[in-house]
Amino acid sequence: MTTSPRSLAVLADNPWLRFAARRLGQLLISVLVLVTASFLIIHLVPGDPVRAALGIDAPQSLVAARRHALGLDDPIWLQYAHYLKNLVTGQMGTSITSGLPVSEVIGQRLPATLELAVYSFIVSVGLALPIGLGMAVLTRNGRRRAAELSFTSAGVVLAAIPGFLLAVGLVYVFSVQLGWTPVAEEAGFTSFVLPVLAMALGSAAVLARILRLEVLGAMQADYVRTARAKRLPSWRIYLVHVLPNALTATLTICGLLLAALIAGTVLVENVFAWPGLGATIVASILSKDYPVVQGIVLVYGIGVLLINLAVDVALALLDPRSTIRES
Amino acid sequence: MRRMKRVLRTPLGISASVLLGVVLVLAVFAPVLWGDKASAIDTSAILQGPSSAHWLGTNNLGQDVFYRVLVATRLSVELALVATAIGVAAGLVLGAAPLVLGARLGRLVTAAVNIAVAFPALLLALFFAVIFGVGARGALLAIGFATAPTFARLTRTLVAGVAGLDYIAAARVAGVSRIRLLTRHVLPNIGETLVVNATIAAGSALLSFAGLSFLGLGVQAPAYDWGQLLSDGLDGIYIHPAAALAPGVAVVVAGLAFNLFGEALALGLGVPELAGGSVARAARAGRRAPAGAPLAAAAEENSNPLLGTDRADSVLVVRDLRVSFPGGVHPVRGVSFTVGRGEAVGVVGESGSGKSLTALAVARLLEDPAQVSAGRLALLGQDLTRDPGKRVRRQFLGTSLGMVFQDPMTSFNPVKRVGVQLAEVIREHKGVSRRDAAARAVERLHAVRIPAPHRRYRQFPHELSGGMRQRAMIGMAVMGSPALVIADEPTTALDVTVQRQVLRLLKSIQAADDVALLFISHDITVVGQVCDRVLVMYAGRIVENLPAADLRTHARHPYTRALLAAVPSMHTDRELPLAIVPGRPADPANLPAGCAFASRCPLADAKCASADPVLQADDAGREVACWHADRVPLAAVADTEVPVVISHE
Repeated sequence: MTTSPRSLAVLADNPWLRFAARRLGQLLISVLVLVTASFLIIHLVPGDPVRAALGIDAPQSLVAARRHALGLDDPIWLQYAHYLKNLVTGQMGTSITSGLPVSEVIGQRLPATLELAVYSFIVSVGLALPIGLGMAVLTRNGRRRAAELSFTSAGVVLAAIPGFLLAVGLVYVFSVQLGWTPVAEEAGFTSFVLPVLAMALGSAAVLARILRLEVLGAMQADYVRTARAKRLPSWRIYLVHVLPNALTATLTICGLLLAALIAGTVLVENVFAWPGLGATIVASILSKDYPVVQGIVLVYGIGVLLINLAVDVALALLDPRSTIRES
Repeated sequence: MRRMKRVLRTPLGISASVLLGVVLVLAVFAPVLWGDKASAIDTSAILQGPSSAHWLGTNNLGQDVFYRVLVATRLSVELALVATAIGVAAGLVLGAAPLVLGARLGRLVTAAVNIAVAFPALLLALFFAVIFGVGARGALLAIGFATAPTFARLTRTLVAGVAGLDYIAAARVAGVSRIRLLTRHVLPNIGETLVVNATIAAGSALLSFAGLSFLGLGVQAPAYDWGQLLSDGLDGIYIHPAAALAPGVAVVVAGLAFNLFGEALALGLGVPELAGGSVARAARAGRRAPAGAPLAAAAEENSNPLLGTDRADSVLVVRDLRVSFPGGVHPVRGVSFTVGRGEAVGVVGESGSGKSLTALAVARLLEDPAQVSAGRLALLGQDLTRDPGKRVRRQFLGTSLGMVFQDPMTSFNPVKRVGVQLAEVIREHKGVSRRDAAARAVERLHAVRIPAPHRRYRQFPHELSGGMRQRAMIGMAVMGSPALVIADEPTTALDVTVQRQVLRLLKSIQAADDVALLFISHDITVVGQVCDRVLVMYAGRIVENLPAADLRTHARHPYTRALLAAVPSMHTDRELPLAIVPGRPADPANLPAGCAFASRCPLADAKCASADPVLQADDAGREVACWHADRVPLAAVADTEVPVVISHE
């Protein structure tokens, strides 16, 4: 690797490289903090985690053997070093209760959670984009006050209902009253309908409300007047000139919502007995199976960090002035 | 306190307060009143549906679900409030740390908070719930700590805002200690915002608690909160759904109560409202204006025959153009003029004279709630007041009329490449291929003297300087080879040296392509340099119309002469204050019956106050609307020699 002054200058000059370097640095620090936090779980819990997991009746010899197997006898810095080394090689320890490797447990459960989160995100964006944009166009310049008021109130109420409570309501209406969809277990397309709706509706409401305000704001901008002066058709003004500008601010919220969706899966999965990470982490917390908890916390955390990274990259691509790239 | 009353008077404030009041009253009294009924075990009535004895049925111990939901209010609200208190306190400590600890340690805390904020509160709560252990106490700490990062960030932002203020700096210089600075000077200033946000956070904490208890990580039996009741009821949702729905509804209602009350507080305490925006405010302001403001007489007389006829070489004919806003505001009141082929016509006047609205009305760019009417409005002989169909109209205007706006910094779309924004014009209206449109755009950029047009084509607006952007804007205006370019204050936002370039460019485009120019400006000197003819506007009327060459020698309206006199020149006596036009511009919502300029005019008499003068042409075709146009000595229009009109304030 030759780092001549010239190549360094190129690095400093290219805003994209600078952006990538800084953002990767941030990511690395965050991951390190996250890994450390997950490592500390087993050391911060009150009492002896192994004794707690195996129960009061377990013989002392078994506890000692497990402690030894988990490496809990070593000095803490050595344990930390081992933890890091194992993570690099993809090992996350073994479940105390089932004896399965944690990576295997996660591998089995992750896809179901991912599907749920991704579909929910797609549905909420798919609902929010046309509704937010459409409502902005319909209610521009203070038109249709009644429509605006009902849209806003519906949004506030819908956004105030957390996913798992909405899930209960949906189960009641669709499964109990109408008998349309299976409640529990993963069984093809229909089993996705209720969980995805339960997670998507609230965030769609938030997103649509914000998008509408952003679009209304962008419509006041001088460049929209310029576009109108060019006599572009309305659809072109809204989709090509207004929407990209409205999206830059909305994207940040999108990232927050997607991150919240990941957290929301934990609750919604437990309503629908969904075989994902959420159901597993709760069961593991209750049975004090800390290695599994550590692993899943790590997976959730990295998911959130990746989302934040994706949002920043998307922002930088969408908005050439983006301060993210420049400062 | 007065502001609190104002909060309570709004519909949102009233409903939120009532809702919150009910929740709090239940929290205090429900356990006292119905605690026994809620915990009474009745083994003869296990898992029953709703009945007159048990409104919402019973659980697996035969306990009444309705009373349990009511009684659970206390624990649920209590836990939410305590968790919020923990979160706010921890957040305050973390957020104020940079101020108290100093820069280096503070930065570390800030960095940690920034990382924590990136994670959803529920995930943080889950993490802390593991550490603090399953149960109400653990969940309390978990939710509190999960709330802390948000409040830390909020506190830091607020503290940073306050810490920059002068009196804090003064206190610091005076040697006030950091802690004292924080408690005596900073906290009282950010208290309101913190309270508002804490109220909203209490709503979220309530929901989070319900979530944790529902998962079995929060409140443990035999104690019960709403989340725990929900988790109990969910198992039997097929048999009697009320037991699952009732606690769910309770959580949502209580959460909403806190949320809405917080928002009502925020609105009442003057946190800016997001919705509505400037348009709504403008509409409200318009409504407040006195209805039916006196519309000046002489509407028909104003359409001077000399101006109103369509000459064969007219590019633009405007007759009796009026713009009004709801509430009887008439910023443009019967404007008539023509622009000949290749002619440069300037419109000059103070801000509020209606010149920009005239330009936008002519270009058909005014939107609701502005109302435009015109006796005749024709571009190249095409009547613009009649609608030949959207597409036809768009294509005609898109190619025959170009616009240049005031601020080149904001008039380009920041997220689209400059060249694409130019090419778009003919891509849309002339069906030109992408490649040909790009070639034409580069050619136009070259024509407006932008160096390296190929490279600039692919750049974003922020990569161009202000002057360059305005030139690109002019290039965009002439993309479709228009017959008329309307430039609305095109140089106002530019610095003086760049102004000259842009003016020269406009002039050369006009000459080279035989484009007519309608040039709007408040700067009478600039208009005199660029234009062939000058229209002077005041209070929504044209008050003078004369060749630019005659400005200094033949201007007869006192307003025109006041404008001219207010321009400093090399001979202006620098000992004297700068000359200004005395008084304030006429209010378009409240115009006098007579001449609108009368209140500021040194020549005004009784006639001016009662009757509005109309435009009258002299022998040379110069027009002026003034009863006393003859009284102004014609030869005497140099610099400050019209002392009657000018005051040196």
